[in-house]
Amino acid sequence: MSRASITKAHNKIQELSWEPTFVEPVDKYPTDYTFERAPKKDPLKQVLRSYFPMEEEKDNRVFGAMDGAIRGNMFRQVQQRWMEWQKLFLSIIPFPEISAARAMPLAINAVPNPEVHNGLAIQMIDEVRHSTIQMNLKRLYMNHYIDPAGFDISERAFSNCYAGTIGRQFGEGFITGDAITAADIYLTIVAETAFTNTLFVAMPGEAAANGDYLLPTVFHSVQSDESRHISNGYSIILMALADERNRQLLERDLRYAWWNNHAVVDAAIGTFIEYGTKDRRKDRESYAEAWRRWIYDDYYRSYLVPLEKYGLVVPHDLVEEAWNRIWNRGYVHEVAQFFATGWPVNYWRIDAMDDDDFEWFEYKYPGWYDRYGQWWERYAELGMRNGHGPITFEDVNYQYPHRCWTCMVPCLIREDMVVDEVDGQVRTYCSETCHWTDAVAFRPEYEGRATPAMGQLTGKREWETLYHGRDLAEIIEDLGYVRDDGRTLVPQPHLDLDPKRMWTLDDARGYTLQSPNILLNEMTPEERERHVAAYTAGGPAGRFAPEEATT
Amino acid sequence: MAEQTIPDEPESSQRSVPRPVFTDAEAGAKEFPSSRSRHYNYFTPRKRRASVYEDVTVDVQPDPARHLTQGWIYGFADGTVGYPQEWTALQSSNWHEFLDPNEEWEQTIYRNNADTVRSIQRTIADAKASDAFDNWNRTWARVVERHVSAWAHAEHGLGMHVYLPAQRDAPTNMINNAMAVAAAHKLRFAQDLILYNLELTDELDDFDGAMHREAWQHDPIWRPTRENVERLTGVRDWGEAFFAAAVVFEPLVGELFRSGFVMQAAALHGDYVTPIIVSSGESDTARDLRGARALFGMLARDLEHGDHNREVMQGWLAEWIPVSLDAGKQLQPIWSQVAEKVVRYDAAAERSRQRLADLLGDLTLELPSEVSA
Repeated sequence: MSRASITKAHNKIQELSWEPTFVEPVDKYPTDYTFERAPKKDPLKQVLRSYFPMEEEKDNRVFGAMDGAIRGNMFRQVQQRWMEWQKLFLSIIPFPEISAARAMPLAINAVPNPEVHNGLAIQMIDEVRHSTIQMNLKRLYMNHYIDPAGFDISERAFSNCYAGTIGRQFGEGFITGDAITAADIYLTIVAETAFTNTLFVAMPGEAAANGDYLLPTVFHSVQSDESRHISNGYSIILMALADERNRQLLERDLRYAWWNNHAVVDAAIGTFIEYGTKDRRKDRESYAEAWRRWIYDDYYRSYLVPLEKYGLVVPHDLVEEAWNRIWNRGYVHEVAQFFATGWPVNYWRIDAMDDDDFEWFEYKYPGWYDRYGQWWERYAELGMRNGHGPITFEDVNYQYPHRCWTCMVPCLIREDMVVDEVDGQVRTYCSETCHWTDAVAFRPEYEGRATPAMGQLTGKREWETLYHGRDLAEIIEDLGYVRDDGRTLVPQPHLDLDPKRMWTLDDARGYTLQSPNILLNEMTPEERERHVAAYTAGGPAGRFAPEEATT
Repeated sequence: MAEQTIPDEPESSQRSVPRPVFTDAEAGAKEFPSSRSRHYNYFTPRKRRASVYEDVTVDVQPDPARHLTQGWIYGFADGTVGYPQEWTALQSSNWHEFLDPNEEWEQTIYRNNADTVRSIQRTIADAKASDAFDNWNRTWARVVERHVSAWAHAEHGLGMHVYLPAQRDAPTNMINNAMAVAAAHKLRFAQDLILYNLELTDELDDFDGAMHREAWQHDPIWRPTRENVERLTGVRDWGEAFFAAAVVFEPLVGELFRSGFVMQAAALHGDYVTPIIVSSGESDTARDLRGARALFGMLARDLEHGDHNREVMQGWLAEWIPVSLDAGKQLQPIWSQVAEKVVRYDAAAERSRQRLADLLGDLTLELPSEVSA
């Protein structure tokens, strides 16, 4: 179809909407934002009669590649180290995708602009596509990869594992609370415009380097829809900026959404890329380098900063601090170490790092070995099943971390931990911004202004609370992370599939898990003060504080 | 940690590419516990083996009643969280029992809709090439200009403001996905009709492409239909909105106009194109109705809540049937606006009422007296 006829068709479909006269629009999903009717354009001129065939063609390519991968025995060349992390990633990601579909009515209800409604409706269909195509990819992995355990319990495991909530906020955050905070700022302006670059472009690139060309096939196809979504979000934020009353809310929401996306996505995708790969070519991009390119340059400098001229207050300090955490403060490495520490309560296998990995990390992140190298050597030793316990319970100078109440990634950069009594409970936060998010932003009043539509942080936010005082083997059974012989664990601290070397429930018996938050709340104020002082003096790599720092 | 700089890439005269490595990580390469566990085992499929639809849909939306142990982690300002079951008056002992009889997932969505789009475009192209629009009876052209085109608004309103929000609200992924697909059908059909209007504006000299707006907004014939659609967009209970749209409005207004009039009358006036477009909408509606029938039937037969649900749905019938019956009745003059008056309104209306009666019979609901009279 010619551009002229697309424009004509797109103009024509705008005639479909009308102003209702028999009912007042129902405020189904409240927002504190205000919008005046404004004729914002959909620059991509989306029309369903061209959309459906275009997507069908994209689908055909994806399914053709899937057939080719099976016929070409792709799994003879995939790295198990990589595929194991896909058990986590592909259990998480279909939920954010389908949540994005569910978020569209929130935005449609809030924004009085039919042209934008049309784009958002098409986005809804895209998101159903993304969710189900990703579930189908996982199904293919389950059927053709050597170890299906973990894929087979996927959605159940995502709902009960100790990392599930970390991923789930990147989904629930799209559909609940203030409609614009959730469906526009958190979902479209930050998650889709910024972080899908690392999720759907950088990570699939790494998959290809590890022998898996299906992840790039599916996710690049997904990413090709994202430009339309970015366009939807851009139209809405320009409309929001046109009303002075929204400026304060935009500033609040951008700070929250930026920081939460950084905390969650960089934790997960950074770990997958840096610790899931076997490709240790020194000229391959590290996660930090990819982040600098995709997020700092392409998103922050090219997209966000130009919005300042329309009155958007850009959280420059938080962008710089996110980079600082990734580049200087070992955020991704700390997270990977935490995941590996908790291997018995995961549903995937985590490979130890070896000399090739050490060399690469040291090259890319100078000083890495001094901080993390010894711990990974201990991880490799303690991965062998020979009478000792999981590394979680062995003396490796690793203090099991407190969880951040807001982002639910643990407080891994120890000196940044904030402790506060909020809503009658002593809570820990990974950073000042996460503390502010819970104590200040997600409240019915913000800086003296009523924000009655703002959401709340809810739920049992510290996973360990559910299993405080219980035996590790019982917990694993309860989670369902046991293989079909009834005793071998789904998770393993190595990639060896020799049944004699695989850990079983018996190996996990006799170790008691404790909740750091419950213990913290049971302390007297003096004990707590000492504990927090010691904790914040600890690290890096989870090390206990030296004695002189705590006396 | 001291400030660091990104290291320079090492100099090399060779292209740097990842090397293929033989890992033998394919299924069956080794035997070990769970090495043959190759199906999603966290739900019970309806048949012996799970369908692709079940595999890619079930449990993707978490639920504290099924595996979700930490509960929903975000709440609305009023304290409601996730997908509250209270967002409809209907109740279920197991919402997850519903599976879409159409088994819609992304491949079916794009195949079906792309097929429809292609079929419509081919038909229009053929008609243009053969000057088929020249054969239209002029009074029929007025009907298409004013009434068939006005119908696009009804489809758009239901798609955008009833089905699309409903896919946020229902408590399971399977219900919400079915609703999302129905929304896509409605929106596509609305666009098909309005873009057809655009083609006709180009093809027929005296075809007024803007007349549909005047008809939809001001013509007394369409006023009750517009009121019906607008009132549906104002319902907060997703179950009620879906029920009143799919079970009541569609047979009494939608099918009445589409199948009871357009599909019957067009050929008599030299028009073979409009029925092809409208039949695609009718076919999608029938497809979506299979989902509605399965969902409301499941709820009506619920051992624990069936009585309650039938009472609720009976109340909705009492509220919405008069609205849709009135909308259908007011469309009657359209049947007289064509030259060939072979199709009788009464026969079409009777067929619509019979369709509704059959549907309610399947749902074990009673036919209200207004309809049976």
